Amino acid sequence: MHDHREGGGHDAGHHHGAEHHHGAEMSQTQLLTAALESLLVEKGLLSSDTIDQLVERYENDIGPMIGARVVARAWADPAYKQRLLSDSASALAELGIHMDNLVVVENTPAVHNAVVCTLCSCYPWAVLGLPPTWYKEPAYRSRMVIEPRTVLREFGLDLDGTVEVRVWDSSAEQRYLVLPERPAGTEGMTEAELARLVSRDSMIGVARVAAPARAR
Amino acid sequence: MNGVHDMGGMHGFGPVLHDEEASPFHAPWEGRVFGMMTALTRGRHTFNLDEMRRAVESIPPAQYLASVYYALRLAALRILLVEKGVVTASEIDAMVRKFGGEPERVRRATRRDDPALAAALLAEIERLPQRPREAIAPRFRPGDRVVARNQHVEGHTRLPRYARGKEGVIHRVHGVYDFPDTKAHGRGNHPAPVYSVRFAARDLWGDAVSPRDSVYIDLWENYLDPA
Repeated sequence: MHDHREGGGHDAGHHHGAEHHHGAEMSQTQLLTAALESLLVEKGLLSSDTIDQLVERYENDIGPMIGARVVARAWADPAYKQRLLSDSASALAELGIHMDNLVVVENTPAVHNAVVCTLCSCYPWAVLGLPPTWYKEPAYRSRMVIEPRTVLREFGLDLDGTVEVRVWDSSAEQRYLVLPERPAGTEGMTEAELARLVSRDSMIGVARVAAPARAR
Repeated sequence: MNGVHDMGGMHGFGPVLHDEEASPFHAPWEGRVFGMMTALTRGRHTFNLDEMRRAVESIPPAQYLASVYYALRLAALRILLVEKGVVTASEIDAMVRKFGGEPERVRRATRRDDPALAAALLAEIERLPQRPREAIAPRFRPGDRVVARNQHVEGHTRLPRYARGKEGVIHRVHGVYDFPDTKAHGRGNHPAPVYSVRFAARDLWGDAVSPRDSVYIDLWENYLDPA
């Protein structure tokens, strides 16, 4: 759906039918972006390199590999896991992550947690980076609270009826991170090896962490 | 406000399209909008995030649904920069006309670097945000039954429509946070306790859903009454 929207028309050829009526709208968006940036830079409020560096940090440095490190530590160290669940700010600080509003919710065989922001797109930037497009789109935001089991099935996660589903709507200043279940066959793996298994989607709660290939 | 942004429980948006993406930005202009938005809110505090959300929500519903995420942020940026007196609407229009007259390949925003400013703004952005200092005793405790107020505020609010009038149980007390309903409109911070409230899925959506499931919503005390 997002391919037909104003300011869309990115990924030309990737989404069908987006380009033909989009040229004019697209260039208006780009024009306004360039105009606002020029005015802010000319007035000295921002500098071009401020914007460059922010883009680069969130494209390269701040992303789900940070959350994956936290999850791997929690899997490897039960005492750390308890600290993370009860006092996330100090547990994160131990790993050099500065965030004082994270709530970590643990998936177990009996309870499945998943995160959404129905009102906008709140997401734990410091541990997962910027959200994927689908997380910000109406389909996910509207459906995740009313039919989470159907949405999860579309993600390939078919939950047994006996599992309790808890959906966390990030409507205030807390941000949520799902601590996924550690897959079987990972005994003896190092923290770094474990971290490589942890996907972004598993920390949003729309996927499980797959067992490593050699254990299957 | 009862806007289209408040979409929890709506039907008709189709399947979730979870394409894999290499970058959080689909095109360079999206990154520029992200950079401006982040630097002006968390770096310069030219406006706050509640004002940003309020400006996004003021975009007419048809345009909201027809726009990609960063186009909405761009529209909100324009609204707030004019509102705060940082730039005038005519300055923006003149700049858009100037760029519009240039061929696309030379159309580049003014380039001016300032390493000291960039370092200061990035440090400020990565600093933990200031929380309210007021010690306000919470009215509710975990286990208390509450009802979300059936209120329809015309301005910005963080009480989702699907929870209004519904009963839930206090799960956890989060602490004291500024009240977005006033902060988004320049009417003061009015900090208040915030709670995680558990709503049984059946109380929200009826008997067709699983009796095991629940939705946890973070709500300011001002949105709640004792059940």
